[in-house]
Amino acid sequence: MGAAALGPARMSRAVPRPAAADPAWARRVAIALALAVLGLCFLLPLIAVFTEALRRGLAPAVAALTDPDALAAIRLTLLVAAIAVPVNMLGGIASAWCIARFDFPGRRLLTALIELPFAVSPVISGLVWMLLFGAQGWLGPWLQQHGIQIVFALPGLVLATIFVTFPFVARTLIPLMQDQGRDEEEAAATLGASGWQTFWRVTLPNIRWALLSGVLLCNARAMGEFGAVAVVSGHIRGQTTTMPLHVEILYNEYQFAGAFAVAALLAFLALVTLGAKALLERLTGRRASLHP
Amino acid sequence: MSVEVTGLTRRFGPGTPALRGVDLSVRTGEFVALLGPSGSGKTTLLRILAGLEFPDAGAVRIGGRDVAAVPARERGVGFVFQSYALFRHMTVFENVAFGLRVRPRATRPTGTEIAARVRRLLALVQIPELERRYPDQISGGQRQRVALARALAIEPPLLLLDEPFGALDAQVRKGLRLWLRGLHDSLGITTLFVTHDQDEAMEIADRIAVLREGHIVQFDEPSALLERPADAFIAGFLGETNQLPCTVTGGQAHFAGLPLPPLRTEAPDGPASAFIRPCDLLAAPAPAGSGGGVVQGVRHDGRALHLRVAAGDVILDAAPAPGWAAPRRGEPCTLRIAAARIFPEGRPAR
Repeated sequence: MGAAALGPARMSRAVPRPAAADPAWARRVAIALALAVLGLCFLLPLIAVFTEALRRGLAPAVAALTDPDALAAIRLTLLVAAIAVPVNMLGGIASAWCIARFDFPGRRLLTALIELPFAVSPVISGLVWMLLFGAQGWLGPWLQQHGIQIVFALPGLVLATIFVTFPFVARTLIPLMQDQGRDEEEAAATLGASGWQTFWRVTLPNIRWALLSGVLLCNARAMGEFGAVAVVSGHIRGQTTTMPLHVEILYNEYQFAGAFAVAALLAFLALVTLGAKALLERLTGRRASLHP
Repeated sequence: MSVEVTGLTRRFGPGTPALRGVDLSVRTGEFVALLGPSGSGKTTLLRILAGLEFPDAGAVRIGGRDVAAVPARERGVGFVFQSYALFRHMTVFENVAFGLRVRPRATRPTGTEIAARVRRLLALVQIPELERRYPDQISGGQRQRVALARALAIEPPLLLLDEPFGALDAQVRKGLRLWLRGLHDSLGITTLFVTHDQDEAMEIADRIAVLREGHIVQFDEPSALLERPADAFIAGFLGETNQLPCTVTGGQAHFAGLPLPPLRTEAPDGPASAFIRPCDLLAAPAPAGSGGGVVQGVRHDGRALHLRVAAGDVILDAAPAPGWAAPRRGEPCTLRIAAARIFPEGRPAR
């Protein structure tokens, strides 16, 4: 109002500048900065891993991967992920369901606890299992008496991995389920659906894409986890070394070609997972745009 | 199917309960509106009837059967949500078919029977062409119809609707509510619907239960609510009305500071509220400076003239007295009360 009285010269200045009209140089600097960080911190290391792996050609890389210890590590990594990921998928759905659908005492605490694995160092995530199940741990003597091996064995690796990767599924689902609310499930109930029918026909279809995306991320992290697994593994070659641990062992023994070959395979698996996730998002995005 | 509610109480956490001692008796085949301002407990009552919410005390009988221990999925009550709550990943067809598909094998119709019934329902709600669409591809009014068809698919003897027209624009709303009333009559079911829109309730309901702060203030036919409001709240809530404070002394209500003549009343002495409908407050032309009111606005709605008259420090809705054909803004006038309802302050008049 006041600007109108000030004449055209002042008025033009009073018009707010659209956000998109930032000076061109500022935009270019911001883009360049983002690309530089991306290139330096993500792309360059990735390229380095693959070039190092193939520096002496394909044959040594293949040899390093088909080494019995390497094969054992690959098998173990896939096995740990194959157990940990489904467990976390079910646990994630259950906890997201609880938190998004019900109001109960301790709900906030549970929400905070779900993020705990993200907050604490993975080393601690490994150490807690040592404290519980290790030879000097709380349950160690009892386990030894009964001949149950948890740390320095597959169960320990699985436990540590589950702990570290638990938040991925739950955290992807909670905001979505909170956003979707209970209406559709209540509608299903009034239409005569049982709890099980409601879950399979209403709840799960509504969260399936988010669930898949959370599971893929969870899987990527489960295969790549190092810290927590390193603590409980005991580094028994060919038995309790997963791929990340195998990489470290080879590297420490100056077997760079082998180390980078295994690392490249690990990176490749991660890229495949991310690619699958991106593809999924494109597919679901396309569905969303088909049904606006 | 009849609905019998006695002493229903529901409390969410500490504070005032959502429902406190609600009694309601709906006859088979009735079309009943639960009317009240937001927070009056009407949606809670509806959800308890559907089995989506449970009372802390009191009993609910549907068709004579106590349903306290009957979960929502076994009540066979049709429920239309305010948000419609359509299954977003299913087509319109699948949404409507849902209630039939989840039946136990023994009572589940065959695929072709289901298809035939869904198409019949979609024809009934007048959207047969939408069966392959997804909920996010259709308009609000169409979603409303899908939600209704889905609820009707299980052939419920009792239909509950939560603010069925709340999210629609005025034009669609008006058409849809008359259509819904027609549907109710042709299906012969019992219908309860929640609304905060009195016009809606007045227009289509057989009886209206007016709720306030968790209990039913009056449950009556629309005309009875207007003619014999149970208390000041209903008198003020229903219809357009002028609410004026007054003082009753010796059978006469006096309006201090207003150019209104005293009014005979049977209310006891003391402070009171007078409710005067605009059509009962008659304005007549008067010479300037006679101490009456001044016409502030004139509106013609096609049938009658509506005046806004400034009197004292308030603005009143009034009607021109017979014979005053063309009132104009700024003209002075006198005011006369043809009829009013007077309720003593603080307690309902009976």
